[in-house]
Amino acid sequence: MSELLILPIILPLVGGAAAVMVRKSARRSLQLALTNAGLHTIAGSLLIYHVHTHGIFATQIGNWPAPFGITLVADRLSAAMVMITAVINLAVTFYSKADIGSDLVRRGHYCLLQILVGGICGAFLTGDIFNLYVWFEVMLMASFGLLVLGQSKTQLDGGVKYVTINLLSTLLFIAGIGLLYGLTGTLNMADLHQKIPLVANRGLVTALAVLFLTAFGIKAAIFPLFFWLPAAYHTPPVSVSAIFAGLLTKVGIYALIRFFTLVVLIDTAYLHFLLLTSAALTMITGVLGAAAQNEFRRILSFHIISQVGYMVLGLALQSRLAIAGTVFYLVHHIIVKANLFLVSGVVRQLQGSFELARLGGIYRSKGWIAGLFFIPAFSLAGFPPLSGFWAKMILIRASLDVHQYWLAFIAAGVGLLTVYSMTKIWGEVFWKPAPEANHVVDPLPARSISAWMLVPVTALTALTIIIGLGAEFVFQFAQQAAAELSHPAHYVRAVMGNQ
Amino acid sequence: MQMLCAVLVGIMVAASIYLILDRNLIRFIFGLVLAGNAINLLIFTTGRLESRRPPLIPNKMTMGQELFANALPQALILTAIVIGFALLSFVFILFYRAYQALGTVETELMRAAEDDADDHRPELGPAGGRPV
Repeated sequence: MSELLILPIILPLVGGAAAVMVRKSARRSLQLALTNAGLHTIAGSLLIYHVHTHGIFATQIGNWPAPFGITLVADRLSAAMVMITAVINLAVTFYSKADIGSDLVRRGHYCLLQILVGGICGAFLTGDIFNLYVWFEVMLMASFGLLVLGQSKTQLDGGVKYVTINLLSTLLFIAGIGLLYGLTGTLNMADLHQKIPLVANRGLVTALAVLFLTAFGIKAAIFPLFFWLPAAYHTPPVSVSAIFAGLLTKVGIYALIRFFTLVVLIDTAYLHFLLLTSAALTMITGVLGAAAQNEFRRILSFHIISQVGYMVLGLALQSRLAIAGTVFYLVHHIIVKANLFLVSGVVRQLQGSFELARLGGIYRSKGWIAGLFFIPAFSLAGFPPLSGFWAKMILIRASLDVHQYWLAFIAAGVGLLTVYSMTKIWGEVFWKPAPEANHVVDPLPARSISAWMLVPVTALTALTIIIGLGAEFVFQFAQQAAAELSHPAHYVRAVMGNQ
Repeated sequence: MQMLCAVLVGIMVAASIYLILDRNLIRFIFGLVLAGNAINLLIFTTGRLESRRPPLIPNKMTMGQELFANALPQALILTAIVIGFALLSFVFILFYRAYQALGTVETELMRAAEDDADDHRPELGPAGGRPV
């Protein structure tokens, strides 16, 4: 069944190459991208089904046995991430029809989008840490391109900040890999799991772990490494910022989870303290930053940061329940956050702005759009019975279990402050009467909302509700994923074979 | 020799951090180039420096008899150099375009994305050109 591991990577990469050929025709580009996103979703579903029924499985590329060759491996976490990537890709590609103009298509929008997806899936499926670096690079290059493709002033400015800090993170990552290899003589993550405990100099291992924490922390936007995110994520077209917001920081989180459950365990008090503090401060600074913003997408960007804090919290608490909470949170957050960015695009389509002061009155004119915002927004804030409520509840419960009362308090309090930001958007954009200035604007032809925008938004909103109502099933899956993560023996056996 | 290389890497990283902390993007990018090279050298050093003996294992043996340089880190560096080159050329172009658009290379003055500028015009329709 090794095709299942290769397909989610190869499909988007081939699609990206084909998109270069047809980029002159916007219509054919879109058809190609949609077909590919559909196939990718099918491949993702097959993968997650196979992993769920047969457990972890691995394949060695070119038949070079591990730890010498490159291993592709899928456990429940990887499979779930690939699946969710495929879903977001499909939604965003659909949305792009109404959001991306012909100029951007000609410059290679769909090509970069698919390479981005290929890079993300590669990062989720690889079992080799150097290969992880390579996929990170593929993903980064594509995201750089997507970010500055429009070449507006703000995009170039945001692009400079995004690119520079990500390059630094890359350098730290590769330096860490070099030192790790010098220390253990292997780069296969399952093999590293066996070799790291044999290293005599534990101080070096901790230093390395901090190097990786910084590198992945920049990508995941944890405190104090997040400043690039709100500087860049509101500048590209809506569909691009939606896929960035949904997936990119989560690849960083995935790498953190993989690294700290498989390669280096959080077994020193120092690392434990570092992760817990950073998680708490990430939650707080993110939500406070959001409270100070008055632009739709910038508020949402700051909320990504505070949500990332929750996921790191689950990882730092280390109990199986906490890790299950992180997995649940990942799934919930990716859908909700991408959806909120898409909704911001719908609002812009109606009133031509992201500035809260210039928006208003949408509840009166288009009430159902208010509903489409309401559900993901309050899922984000953690209202029952939506998906965010369960995600937050599991994490708070997990912190109480290990007597981290302060963290439970912070997690609950940050949820409350999230409600504050969401009600701010709600009040400004949907409830207050439309500001005078907007009535003077010439009615442009694009005032009506295209179905290409509404279908993905509605579908993702429905998915949020389904996860909320079917939380039992998702939670069971998350618990099984957490069991695999906290006992890497199965993972190691799947990769290394029976030794 | 290894010690010498380690010290050299330390000096290069220190110099690159000094440059990266500068407000001027030109200095920043030189810092980035230097840091990239320093890290490649670091990986090179972790694989042992040994110029005289080839990394060959004699027939019917499972290990080499003498210490030789590990070839794998060198392969890693090759990959890192290629990727680094691509990234740097992109960064040079990006910075140049940013300089053209924003008229400055001082990061303090690059506030286009984060200002609450009031030159607002409504944006409707798709980004970049006419609808598809």
